[in-house]
Amino acid sequence: MSDETGLSGEKGERLVGVVLVSHSAAVAAAVADLAQGLVGCGATVPVAAAGGTDSGGLGTSAELISAAARSVDRGAGVAVLTDLGSAVLTVKALLAEGDELPDGTRLVDAPFVEGAVAAVVTASTGADLAAVEAAAAEAYTYRKV
Amino acid sequence: MLDADFFRRWMTATAVSVGHEAERLTALDSPIGDADHGSNLRRGFNAVATAVEEEAPATPGTVLVLAGSRLISTVGGASGPLYGTLLRRTGKALGEAAEVSAEQFTDALRIGVDAVRALGGAAPGDKTMIDALVPAVDALAESFAAARTAAEQGALATTPLQARKGRASYLGERSIGHQDPGATSAALLIATLAETAGE
Repeated sequence: MSDETGLSGEKGERLVGVVLVSHSAAVAAAVADLAQGLVGCGATVPVAAAGGTDSGGLGTSAELISAAARSVDRGAGVAVLTDLGSAVLTVKALLAEGDELPDGTRLVDAPFVEGAVAAVVTASTGADLAAVEAAAAEAYTYRKV
Repeated sequence: MLDADFFRRWMTATAVSVGHEAERLTALDSPIGDADHGSNLRRGFNAVATAVEEEAPATPGTVLVLAGSRLISTVGGASGPLYGTLLRRTGKALGEAAEVSAEQFTDALRIGVDAVRALGGAAPGDKTMIDALVPAVDALAESFAAARTAAEQGALATTPLQARKGRASYLGERSIGHQDPGATSAALLIATLAETAGE
């Protein structure tokens, strides 16, 4: 799921990583595929899915989240998007732990699917973590009716 | 005074109690939740009991910090980070003392409960574990037994409430008439505290 280098081909800059946390492994993986598929010709963003429990059921796994965040950390920060309930609370609790997630990891307040697309596309331009976070959060303002 | 052994015994007793009550907790979680509260907490507190036995932390604070970390890592539902935060913040507030008084523990537990409120955004009356924990901390100044009674009454009093946090809140008025599973497990935690204290 994650790209090995996380470096943009042209500028060699470090890209922000994106972690997608859902109660469902299938949802997290599919949203990661969708977001990466919509990047177009941009750089390959390190994206990791952390869905479901350790045993493959519906729920949240602190271990999967920590491993996913480490796998996409290229030193430019990691944006974490979540679906609901325990996914949100587990990421907040891990951030409060202090040493469970890489430095520069941030929980991004954004709708899961739309926010993931915005975050990954923005990260592919070489944007910094604040810009990735802003783009994902802005997805809340795209009304559908 | 309460030492590390007291807190290890509290955690071990909670694992036993949650194991006994797991089916009831899951049954309470079936009509208004996703029917996993008992099994999630059983897995979490079994991991806590194993960890405090194997690592034998030497101070009250480190017992609770370790227990909270294991809950965050192993529960798999919202109760993991919530109970994990409760125990970790309480443990951190106890500092490095080898023994703590009941008053010091009460102050620390209040900090832990406040941290849970900040994490989940729940207030008293929202039909959550807070409805058992807040009255328990208030009564703890009197005695462990009083805290146990207050937590149990707080859990029972969630039945007529409409849920305003978590999955149950999606049910709106249909959440009324069911005792909250989180408040029920919080009352178990306080009950084993009182038992460990011999009250």
